Amino acid sequence: MDFTFTDDERAFQDAISRFLMTEAAPEALREIWETDAGRSPDLRNKMAEQGLTALSIPEEAGGLGMGDVVWSLMTQELGYYGIPDSLADTAYVSAGLIAALPEIVADRNGWLEQIAEGSIRIAVGHPINPLVADAHLADFSLLNHEGEIHAVPRSLIDVEHNASIDSSRRLCRVMWEPSSATRIVDAETGAPIWEEALNRGALSVAGQLLGLAQRMLDLSVDYVAQRKQFGKPIGSFQAVKHHLADVASKIEFAKPVLYRAGYSLQHGDADAALHISQAHIACAEAAHLAARHGIQVHGAMGYTWEVDLQMFMKRTWALESSWGDRAFHKARISAAIFADDAPLGPGQTFGRS
Amino acid sequence: MDLNYTPRQQAFRAEVRAWLKDNLPAEKLASYDTREGFEQHREWERKLFDARLSMVMWPEELGGRGCDLTEWLIFEEEYYGADAPMRVNQNGQLLLGPTLMEFGTEEQKKRFLPRMAASDDMWAQAWSEPNAGSDMAAISSKAISDGDHYVINGQKTWSTRAIYADWAFGLFRSDADSKRHHGLSFLMVPLDAEGVTIRPIKALNGKDAFAEIFFDNVRVPVENRIGEEGSGWHVAMATAGFERGLLLRSPARFQQPVRKLVELYKANREAADRDPSIRDAVMEVWAGAESYALSAYQSVGRLARGEKIGAESSINKIIWSELDLKIHETAMRILGARGELLSSAPQNQDDHGWLEGFLFAQAGPIYAGANEIQRNIIAERMLGLPKA
Repeated sequence: MDFTFTDDERAFQDAISRFLMTEAAPEALREIWETDAGRSPDLRNKMAEQGLTALSIPEEAGGLGMGDVVWSLMTQELGYYGIPDSLADTAYVSAGLIAALPEIVADRNGWLEQIAEGSIRIAVGHPINPLVADAHLADFSLLNHEGEIHAVPRSLIDVEHNASIDSSRRLCRVMWEPSSATRIVDAETGAPIWEEALNRGALSVAGQLLGLAQRMLDLSVDYVAQRKQFGKPIGSFQAVKHHLADVASKIEFAKPVLYRAGYSLQHGDADAALHISQAHIACAEAAHLAARHGIQVHGAMGYTWEVDLQMFMKRTWALESSWGDRAFHKARISAAIFADDAPLGPGQTFGRS
Repeated sequence: MDLNYTPRQQAFRAEVRAWLKDNLPAEKLASYDTREGFEQHREWERKLFDARLSMVMWPEELGGRGCDLTEWLIFEEEYYGADAPMRVNQNGQLLLGPTLMEFGTEEQKKRFLPRMAASDDMWAQAWSEPNAGSDMAAISSKAISDGDHYVINGQKTWSTRAIYADWAFGLFRSDADSKRHHGLSFLMVPLDAEGVTIRPIKALNGKDAFAEIFFDNVRVPVENRIGEEGSGWHVAMATAGFERGLLLRSPARFQQPVRKLVELYKANREAADRDPSIRDAVMEVWAGAESYALSAYQSVGRLARGEKIGAESSINKIIWSELDLKIHETAMRILGARGELLSSAPQNQDDHGWLEGFLFAQAGPIYAGANEIQRNIIAERMLGLPKA
């Protein structure tokens, strides 16, 4: 029993954090988001050079062979720095989906290598999400037709753009015709793969939400330490302190829930779906509270376009219903804990004993 | 990261489980807030001690097993999972015990720890005073040096089960002219000493659950002091950290009532579902207890890697106290109009003791440092916000 990360894992997280701090500063993100495509090939290439796109690709396909546990650290960094959807969707969710495909799918290994190199963008159209993020830019999209998995090249897709309150989001309704040429696996083979993709997508969102929560907390702490009223920093007032202490508490107690969910998914735990829904809810609650209390302690400045808090609040509001809304995840928890064989009581936390 | 128990850990779990199955009292013990129940619990502690299960983390020469924190969590899971009796001497064993191990002399350790593990000595806290609650540095009880003794005068309050206990430990002002957290000393006082008067305070549950202690020229030998004279604040802060942290409130202590709450909900589902927010609350406390458990295992792993747990222990205290409140509030909502009935009432159907737990849960956000104070600590020490 050892519920900690290795020094290497932590060092990797630190390296990615330092890299994104310089390359993905809020000013730079604002510029990128104002472009039509909303994405920067330059930033994307640099992230590939850092190994981010190769993280979960098996070593034989040119990747680093890491799993969901390490991704639970990485997705927090993506959230903290407000990195747009396409990176996690390609390098994490799609990579997992493609790795789960049977070897018989001819392009499987080639795709994995391309993900590792950072030379490809892949969008995922899971039915749980009404729209497909970044389908306009993706080289191809993995789409669901009656449970089958289709790999549909950009040229065979029409997209209708749907603007989001989160300027970093590029959501598309995709119009396409399923055919035997686009189908890569049938519905029977596809079912568990879609299920795992959903879990991985939900975990990816959970990690990003936790990173967003930490970013909003940090921005708020900086602000209340500087802003003075009544001759003192407002951060010295107890009402303000308690708002932020509550956010810190939510974050601290969501972390281990996220990490355990990553571990369960990586190791095929029978309760992985339950653990992931727990993580989605815990991280969404932390981020939601960080946004609410964050804007409150920023006062009117928090309601402006100019102050960076808005970028992270809006991303929170967008992501908290992504890859399963609260109702979906609560229904999964409810089904598990009110079942006759529910894992309840002391000693059940890490598997039924 | 490896979230599997080792064979050794599994074997320990099995041993504890089997021992509890064979040795649990056949009948539920009386409340330890009564004289009768207190002595029943003392006997039970003796039985645990004889099986070297009272303080599993303590070294073997003190009657323990030298378990690590993971094994301690396992012990707690089995203990609370078996509905074993509440631990009556925790103030001594979990607060003073670790303090003695860190700051006590070899002689003090030998003298006090084995008797504490066996519950031959029962311990009460003597921190708070009428004018020193959340503001503990306002302590005014004095312990003035007189040769090889201190002479104590003053008053302590909110001392849990002090009318039944044998000893008390707390902070006293050993430098009469000192202010705030300077000039305090940490002393252990026998409660049968001349000049000690203990007056029970009836708690919310109608029982003498805590007490005031009056000191009138009470003479305590210098060897009952822990740490240097005047360094009591430093010693006490370490104790407060242990208290807020994991040891006093292990996750199992909340996972077990959550399991019972789910059972209560399922047994009363039709009535409970008239208010959908009840089901929501049951799910919320389940998730809360699980995340508390996960956090505990994470902290244990970090400690094993040599990291320190600092102001995060203030978060723990907020989490468990508010979780406990929510668990019991939800149970009371499910019990509905029957909830108010005492266990003596013929129509009472609350065989778990939800009402008693509900009353005690009211105290959680107040004792061991009110939650407002904990939030200040989080804001100032974790987030670095300026003091008021």
